[in-house]
Amino acid sequence: MTEGPFRMNWISNYVRPKINSLFSRREVPENLWTKCPECGTMLFHRELADNLNVCSNCEHHMAITPRDRFTKLFDGGIFVEIKVPDVTVDPLQFRDQKKYPDRLKAAQKASGEKEAMLVVTGEVARTPIVAVAQDFSFMAGSMGMYVGNAIIAAAKAAVEMKRPLVLFSAAGGARMQEGILSLMQMPRTTVAVQMLKEAGLPYVVVLTHPTTGGVTASYAMLGDVQIAEPNALICFAGPRVIEQTIREKLPEGFQRAEYLLDHGMLDRVTHRKKMREELVTIVRMLSGQSPAIAGDLPAPALATAAATTAT
Amino acid sequence: MNYLEFEKPLAEIEGKAEELRTMGRTNPGTDVSKEAEALDRKAEVMLKDMYKALTPWQKCQVARHPERPHTRDYIDALFSEYTSLAGDRNFADDHAVMGGIARFQDTPVVVIGQEKGSDTKSRIERNFGMARPEGYRKAIRLMELADRFRLPVITLVDTPGAYPGKGAEERGQAEAIARSTEKCLQIGVPLISVIIGEGGSGGAVAFATANRVAMLEHSVYSVITPEGCASILWKDADKAKDAAEALRLTAQDLQKLGVIDRIVKEPMGGAQRGRKETIEAVGKAIETMLKELSGKKPEGLIKDRRQKFLDMGTKGLAA
Ligand SMILES: [Zn+2]
Repeated sequence: MTEGPFRMNWISNYVRPKINSLFSRREVPENLWTKCPECGTMLFHRELADNLNVCSNCEHHMAITPRDRFTKLFDGGIFVEIKVPDVTVDPLQFRDQKKYPDRLKAAQKASGEKEAMLVVTGEVARTPIVAVAQDFSFMAGSMGMYVGNAIIAAAKAAVEMKRPLVLFSAAGGARMQEGILSLMQMPRTTVAVQMLKEAGLPYVVVLTHPTTGGVTASYAMLGDVQIAEPNALICFAGPRVIEQTIREKLPEGFQRAEYLLDHGMLDRVTHRKKMREELVTIVRMLSGQSPAIAGDLPAPALATAAATTAT
Repeated sequence: MNYLEFEKPLAEIEGKAEELRTMGRTNPGTDVSKEAEALDRKAEVMLKDMYKALTPWQKCQVARHPERPHTRDYIDALFSEYTSLAGDRNFADDHAVMGGIARFQDTPVVVIGQEKGSDTKSRIERNFGMARPEGYRKAIRLMELADRFRLPVITLVDTPGAYPGKGAEERGQAEAIARSTEKCLQIGVPLISVIIGEGGSGGAVAFATANRVAMLEHSVYSVITPEGCASILWKDADKAKDAAEALRLTAQDLQKLGVIDRIVKEPMGGAQRGRKETIEAVGKAIETMLKELSGKKPEGLIKDRRQKFLDMGTKGLAA
């Protein structure tokens, strides 16, 4: 291998999931079944995972971690992580009832992830992309310096590799413990989006449940194409805050994906199981590529070669 | 004078001095001037001590003081030929945002700012300075105008935040804020911003993504109000004082963090006790910042502005 993205120094930590044992850490008896929060159906874990965490009875889209999402998204479940520059931990020395570093450590332990965003690259239906996903289970996916750095790193990698960027958003809003520096991620990530636009690269945003606050009011609303998962809550101010302000009940489905679609704020609402195909179709057309090869594909040869050299 | 909660001891002394003087006027025989003057001196010392060491929570209250100069006052005093330009060309004109072309000294500029209003009627009309999407879209339109005609842009930030309303959400509050921030980063003219009161979250950053950001000494700039932060993290809105400390929302902390470039000093006792001096000081700061940026090429201004925000926060607070 003489060229290609896999030799770039900002790529680290090659990921090769063992497909069969992917969900093994959840195979403790009490977690074999998950109750759908919408319809109450008990769903067997393996079936639920195969269904991308969508309830097979009522189509309710449950949360999915970035790592699980990417495993299902990329050909053969193979992707490469892109390194995110380190941040100053607890830049404000923030104290509420718990220390911020303790909250961070707890979130790291519970998720097995470093922070609330995962940046990767790989091929989807033989279409090279950079993808970034926000992890709602990590401190509500909140946007701090790390999330900002992750988006900037993703944009830089996309520009360098000339690949489209697909971003999956999910956030309760700002990382309050980083105060004003959290707010400053709004302009910072907007600069990242501008890098993509200037390089003529497609930037597709997939809004997942929930995407709120400063995240919605920056990079998550600046996509060339805006897609949402069904019934995802997408807003600036949350429904509770609005009800308190206007003192009236909000209409059914307010601020949900379908409601935003009706109000002209989105291009599409797409079922998670159709998302992969749709993303490929869109980025290939926007970047002038031929139609994609249909169906599940094994891991790309290039990645397999890289995996061999890396391990 | 409207006294703030923490100024109550001061209000008492000043009230007593006033009482004495009234007594003196009604009983010309009794000389109270000495006692009244002593109380004045005591009040002065107390005011000085108070404002020398305002806590972050006290600063929040000063920043929200109803008698603090607002955007309208700055526009009236510092700009000539102010010609307001209205509307977003789509839905409405948002009165929470003032804006138009004007001369700052002799230079034609675009000036934009949130206006909170100064009495019940104007506060309602201005929606307490909380903009709806139309306000951000008007700002975008004015920034585009400035860019086309090479006019520097001056923004005055004074908002509790973007308006959390049903219609505002339906018409794309988040998208409007995102586009306004994006526009700030795109224009090839000097963009300078002064936070004159409250810099409330996304509603503020959509105007303040500028080449130079100045803040009045007792103004605040934060990702969330201390009350909001307290109710989320402490589950108790009464902990706003603690939240205000933790958030580092004062001009002094924000300068240390590299988020703002300069602090504009307020008169003793805050901008509300010296409106004219405050407005003049802001005028001086705008003049200096405009000078710093004059002669820079459009590409340079855009590049510097982007780099400034990319670099932000990499240091943290070294305190
Ligand atoms: Zn269900």
